[in-house]
Amino acid sequence: MSGEAQTAGEYIKHHLQNLTYGKFPDGHWGLAETAEQAKEMGFMAIHVDTMFWSIFLGVAFLWLFRKVAKTATTGVPGGLQNFVEMVVEFADGSVKGAFNGRNPFIAPMALTIFVWIFLINAMDLIPVDWLPLAATFIGQHVFGMDPHHVYFKVVPSTDPNATFGMALSVFMLTLYYSFKKKGAIGFASELTLHPFSSDNKVLQLVFIPINFMLEFVALIAKPLSLSLRLYGNMFAGEMIFILIALMYGGGWAIGIFGGFLHLGWAIFHILIITLQAYIFMVLTIVYMDLAYQVPEEH
Amino acid sequence: MNINLTLIGQSITFAVFVWFCYAYVWPPLINALTERKKQIADGLAAAERGQHEQELAEKKATERLKDAKGQASEILAQAQKRATEIVDEAKDDARTEAERIKSGADAEIEQEVNRAREHLRQEVVTLAMAGAEKVLKREVDATAHASTLNDLAAQLK
Repeated sequence: MSGEAQTAGEYIKHHLQNLTYGKFPDGHWGLAETAEQAKEMGFMAIHVDTMFWSIFLGVAFLWLFRKVAKTATTGVPGGLQNFVEMVVEFADGSVKGAFNGRNPFIAPMALTIFVWIFLINAMDLIPVDWLPLAATFIGQHVFGMDPHHVYFKVVPSTDPNATFGMALSVFMLTLYYSFKKKGAIGFASELTLHPFSSDNKVLQLVFIPINFMLEFVALIAKPLSLSLRLYGNMFAGEMIFILIALMYGGGWAIGIFGGFLHLGWAIFHILIITLQAYIFMVLTIVYMDLAYQVPEEH
Repeated sequence: MNINLTLIGQSITFAVFVWFCYAYVWPPLINALTERKKQIADGLAAAERGQHEQELAEKKATERLKDAKGQASEILAQAQKRATEIVDEAKDDARTEAERIKSGADAEIEQEVNRAREHLRQEVVTLAMAGAEKVLKREVDATAHASTLNDLAAQLK
């Protein structure tokens, strides 16, 4: 536990608070020292920990794959190249299986999504206190901060900003390709002429707003469900890790029991982080495929 | 869990990563993969072709072997035939030669016989003369009775 006189509630809250850099209500910029200050900053703030880890992991992924790509041989591949090729083929196979259009951009995007989200989620497997304690230490001794106010959330996908950000980019791309493939009129008709349609002009006019309501909700639900699914799963997993970590402060017996729980949950979580990364990738591919589908005539 | 600028930051980060992957990571890897797939397919095709060619070559080789065997036996038969011919010729030659030698020898023997007979005839004449001389106890004019004696001698044949 990080802190001498922390209650369980404070411990959990501390773990769920991002390190926020933003604009204080009085106009100056700085790191928020409490959750309330972070809230007051409103939109003009940035989660330093989320950005740091997601960029760090993304760069690590791209660096590794770029390194392999530069030396990729068509001959007998080495171990690392073999692994990278396996991942690439996996992403390529998923795209080929679900995406019927022709777009060279989709497969690299699927690969990026899968590996990046997998790495981000994998941060969840690092014991919950290690990195925050390290951050507290650095914050205290390098930047001279109050150790109680150094917040550090290491799993970017437990920050809705991260998952919404990715889902938003995917959503923008689906909109872009929908317009590109179907045209403004085609896209608009897709939103307004389904699922109810009639040959009667008056009836059709009545149907248009109803259709639009339904289709618009369906459209918006895509990025929302995409991001909330990832966020919810990872947040819940992180929460369980934090709760298990609390058990270590409860004496020998509970601590050992907690150790077993931790091990079991971590092993189970390996499945979840992979599955969530895979689901995010596949849904992205499916949304792209939907954007590419030109509706049949009615 | 405040929604703030992180959202936009993440969107931009995501876009940059995807672009980098699209531009620098994906093409070399997927090219290597397709290239290797092609190489493997080519290799398999080449192996199949090689096997096929080997089969053909084997067939051709057995054919050649069969031809060669046929030719060899033909040559052998010819040689045998020629050999018997040569032997026959030699036999003929030998026979004619033997005939020739025999006829030569015959002629010589005849000559010899004639010569001996002539000689004997002379001897007989001389003997007759000597005998007649002895019988007549006188000198007989050899020239006067020559024809008579010669007739006598001629009767000796």
